[in-house]
Amino acid sequence: MSTNQSTITTATESARNSVATAYSKSRSILEGERLAQFGVIVLAVFIFAGLFAPFIVPHDPGKINHGEDGDVLRLAEPTAEHPFGTTHLGRDVMSQVMMGAQVSLIVGLTAAAIATVVGTSVALVAGYYGGKIDNILMRLVDIAYGLPFLPFVIALVFIFGSSLYNIILVISLLMWRSSARVIRSEVLTQKERPYVQSARAAGASDFRIMFRHILPNVLPLVVLYLTFGVAWAVIYEASIAFLGFGDPDMYSWGTILYEAYINGAIRYAWWWVIPPGVSIMLFVMSVFFIGRSLEKVTNPDLRHN
Amino acid sequence: MLEISDLEVRYDTEHGEVHAVNGLSVDLAENETLGLVGESGCGKTTTAKSLIRLLESNCTIAGGSVELDGRDLTDLSLKELKREVRWSEISMIPQNAMNGFDPVYTVGEQIVEVVQAHESDTSKGEARERARELFEKLGIDGDRIDDYPHQFSGGMAQRAMVALALALDPKVILADEPTTALDVVIQDRLLDVIQDLQDEMDVAMLLITHDMSVVSERCDNIAVMYGGRIVEYADAETIIKSPRHPYTLGLRNSFPDITEDSQDLISIPGAPPTLVDPDEMCQFAPRCPFAEEECWEVAPEPVEYGDGHRVECHRADEVEYLRSEAEKHETWTELESTETDDELTETEVKND
Repeated sequence: MSTNQSTITTATESARNSVATAYSKSRSILEGERLAQFGVIVLAVFIFAGLFAPFIVPHDPGKINHGEDGDVLRLAEPTAEHPFGTTHLGRDVMSQVMMGAQVSLIVGLTAAAIATVVGTSVALVAGYYGGKIDNILMRLVDIAYGLPFLPFVIALVFIFGSSLYNIILVISLLMWRSSARVIRSEVLTQKERPYVQSARAAGASDFRIMFRHILPNVLPLVVLYLTFGVAWAVIYEASIAFLGFGDPDMYSWGTILYEAYINGAIRYAWWWVIPPGVSIMLFVMSVFFIGRSLEKVTNPDLRHN
Repeated sequence: MLEISDLEVRYDTEHGEVHAVNGLSVDLAENETLGLVGESGCGKTTTAKSLIRLLESNCTIAGGSVELDGRDLTDLSLKELKREVRWSEISMIPQNAMNGFDPVYTVGEQIVEVVQAHESDTSKGEARERARELFEKLGIDGDRIDDYPHQFSGGMAQRAMVALALALDPKVILADEPTTALDVVIQDRLLDVIQDLQDEMDVAMLLITHDMSVVSERCDNIAVMYGGRIVEYADAETIIKSPRHPYTLGLRNSFPDITEDSQDLISIPGAPPTLVDPDEMCQFAPRCPFAEEECWEVAPEPVEYGDGHRVECHRADEVEYLRSEAEKHETWTELESTETDDELTETEVKND
């Protein structure tokens, strides 16, 4: 009984310890990294906006607002009531931009997650087995590298229609290739390490060696690709939406820019253009800043400067 | 208990077929320590790995059998081998223990993993308890099972590796140069501990090393390997005191003996054979100062000299002559000079 209890206490203790080490580790990564700290703060604001946008937006982003004289507030300059002004249909830009954070978060995280999971699995299988399997999978990666971004997007959106899911799918299809190739090279070096040999001598299956032993050892690189993947997915989504292939039912930053553009307002209605544009830039930048300091973990060369 | 007979292991390379292990036979009794000595590239490690088929993809067991308690391991499927033999019956201590552990898990987690993978009814707590016990037996504080491999010193990591190797109470441990990375004092202490545990747990050990002093002290029997074959096999004392094979004589010359005042170390000239499609001959002949015509044409058969002393040499009968000659420096250096002469002539011919 007492031994049981002590194992439970040690288990909770070790769990608490691992949380504590994870916290202190992420703190030590960010220590002295001004840009990364800035990135974390900016990203936190976007995540807050993305999570709670439907509840905290000052106006319904689709609502046509009217001025005091009863006319529609078309292309109104920023006021206290509408801090980022209104669109040509009198809709509140600030509310739309806040809702846009949601789209960027969903697309960024999901597409990057799918691409990284697919890419990492391909990398593990290709790198670990080598030979024919490696050859086939890497030629698939070559083909994926040959896909031109815009024609591919336009073709797929025409075939499947422009919904948020299809956009995520298209972006993932374009992004798994780079993580697959780079992580594979790391798997190639890891699989020759003695600990893999010991695991094999201990009777471990290939699956177990790949996912339980090699994967945790390439995890830093995986996380790095996941981070940069988020940034790239947001840029891709904005490009797709700006070209008019975005999900018409959702307010994404790219869609807002697209609306401003096709209504000819991009030249003078700066309040309609700058907020979504700056949001894209800030979001991507903050993710890159964080990714940059994560990169120092995987690439010691960067620590010298 | 473990009987290896006529084992043949081959690597398929672009230069041809490499006969890394070429008709090797040796037995290992319960609780016995068998030393496998020889130069780098003579097939020691390949022999050990082939027992549990831990081979590269271009490497195959081409013949012979490996019987563990009457069961031929070469007949088992890889799946059966993984589940029933690897680690639970035959475990391994790799060369460099520091890298033998996965760096992202604690040492304890890895011992628990291997125990639970093979014994599904053992609980995590029991497995941890066993890991602690093994640690204490090996002279490491039991609490350190929660440390990561990089927190261990080299000697401790090697002990932890021994704990991992013993975790499933195997019948045989394959120790592939387990002490090479350690300093002499730690080496000695580690081997003491292993020996104690070996007696306590009744484990046989195949100790692979190129260090004659280690095998002479620790092994019951010694097998000297050259060119993928065991050229001489006997109990440790016989191998050290009265060897018959010229290679063993040469090997003995190249290690210092602390009981003698001053000693010139004599090395064996030349390099080990590549073993690519080897000819029918004594593989040692090109480096042997006593090689005769017969040695270049016929591979010697093993000959018994009482008490299990087995030698593969055409001239093993002339042992007195071999021993007295092998002690002289000139015997080996002459060979070296003739060899260089040959090389010179060869280059000259090429230049012409």
